[in-house]
Amino acid sequence: MSILNGKKIIIIGDRDGVPGPAIEECAKSAGGDVVFSSTECFV
Amino acid sequence: MNSVIKGTGYALVHTPDMVLHNGTTQTTEMIVNPDSEYLKELPSHIRSYEQAVAYYPNQAYIGNITPDELAKIPMPWNEQECPLTSRYGKFGQIMPQEEFILLMQACDVFDLVELDSEFVAANRDKLAANEIIDDSIMARIKEGVSAEKVKDLVENEHAEGLYHLGKLVGAVKRAHDIDVNLSAHVMHENIVSKASNVVGILHAIKNAGIAKEDVEYVIDCSEEACGDMNQRGGGNFAKSVAEIAGLVNASGADIRGFCAAPAHTMIEAASLVTAGAYKTVVVTAGGCTAKLGMNGKDHVKKGLPILEDMLGAFAIVLGENDGVNPEINLNLLGRHTVGTSSGPQDVTTALVFKPLEKGELKVTDIDKYAGELHNSDILKPAGGGDPALQFFKVVAATAVKRGELEKADIPSFPVKHGMVGWAPTQGHIPSGVPFVGFAREDILSGKIKNAMIVGKGSLFLGRMTNLFDGVSFVIQANTGATEEKGVSEEEVKALIAKSLKEFAAGLLAE
Repeated sequence: MSILNGKKIIIIGDRDGVPGPAIEECAKSAGGDVVFSSTECFV
Repeated sequence: MNSVIKGTGYALVHTPDMVLHNGTTQTTEMIVNPDSEYLKELPSHIRSYEQAVAYYPNQAYIGNITPDELAKIPMPWNEQECPLTSRYGKFGQIMPQEEFILLMQACDVFDLVELDSEFVAANRDKLAANEIIDDSIMARIKEGVSAEKVKDLVENEHAEGLYHLGKLVGAVKRAHDIDVNLSAHVMHENIVSKASNVVGILHAIKNAGIAKEDVEYVIDCSEEACGDMNQRGGGNFAKSVAEIAGLVNASGADIRGFCAAPAHTMIEAASLVTAGAYKTVVVTAGGCTAKLGMNGKDHVKKGLPILEDMLGAFAIVLGENDGVNPEINLNLLGRHTVGTSSGPQDVTTALVFKPLEKGELKVTDIDKYAGELHNSDILKPAGGGDPALQFFKVVAATAVKRGELEKADIPSFPVKHGMVGWAPTQGHIPSGVPFVGFAREDILSGKIKNAMIVGKGSLFLGRMTNLFDGVSFVIQANTGATEEKGVSEEEVKALIAKSLKEFAAGLLAE
């Protein structure tokens, strides 16, 4: 059982790391409920 | 035939007062938390010009130290004594703020920049002594106005102040009473981009050894937008920069694409030259005031100097194949498409491995990869890590999954095929292009045979799409290829005559 299954997920992605939409896909596939997803840029 | 890289120019401008007055981290803080400890602490963390010049990554940017040499300097670089103290390098220069403010006035063609006459008198000779500034630019410098007039413009006329060492020395006026796109803030930002762009382009032309009259087209790929309320971002920075730089035979236009724009623009420029549309094209970009001090809060919190006090500019001259200079191979282009995900592995496959497949190359067939060349000395203290190292590791890991590299080779890949980053936090500037100057030299000397330049951009910032973006291209040693020989008019006439003779002979035989 995935540790994210059924959990509410807040995602802060990084433009130079892993962006929000990519984390979102992973979280969803693990059964998570994505309630917020954003990507930030610090460069 | 492939186009070639004839020369490059790289320039930095030290703008400590613009960090305080124009960087968005600071201007936002002034609005939401004007009494914050950060704003109180900030002035004591500003570097002097001499400190900014004697900083290894800045010396790398202007070409006085190579990426390989920089990699040998222990980090943090901001704590190292740097023996390199020249403001000029083989690629360009580090311009001091006082010269730059005068250059901003010279670049203003709508009488928007007004400088204190005493400031002009004190610094005119300094700008005149700058090795790339000629009489045509100095002739544009006005006498200036009184200090009272400057103060009145800022306090009562919505002008944006120009400061030097904490003192008000000039103002950028608004260009319209109510149009927000022509506000003093926007005009300041755009004139800064234009003026820094001029510095880069003049160095590139000098370094390429061409005449200004040779340039037929200029493409600006910075991150600013000029236009009024009826055409925000309508342009055209490129032509305005070419005007000041004296490129009388050039036209030009702007290309935008966030941090990926320079790589996009290099491909477009190479295509124009290869197609024969223009013989000489310059890809160019100026600096960005908004990003000054972007990660300043973390730098101040950790007791570091404000390292994001530099505007960045660059220009690259592309020309017809001369049989000597390195070429841009348009058959090896990478692109992140609409259908590609934003996952690092998919992005890397699209930008790096797809073009390699096209050329039937393995990852190790490219000597150097250049992408995300952000200065990690700036980003690590702010928790931003090392984007360059991260990029090279993803390339290596993807290569392992594809069976092109042994897992044990992952740690050495970034050293052998990558590099450390040295570019300032200026958005579009770090995106691969800072290496083009070094790549040209290394290929000419035979140190490397090719390099892949990768530009990546974050389109979500414009709130139009969440798609990722990026393109890549390969620079390679000159293959000596010349244009395929066409058929001359005389040869066509001879062929027709021969056919007619044969036809006539056939008729006679019948």
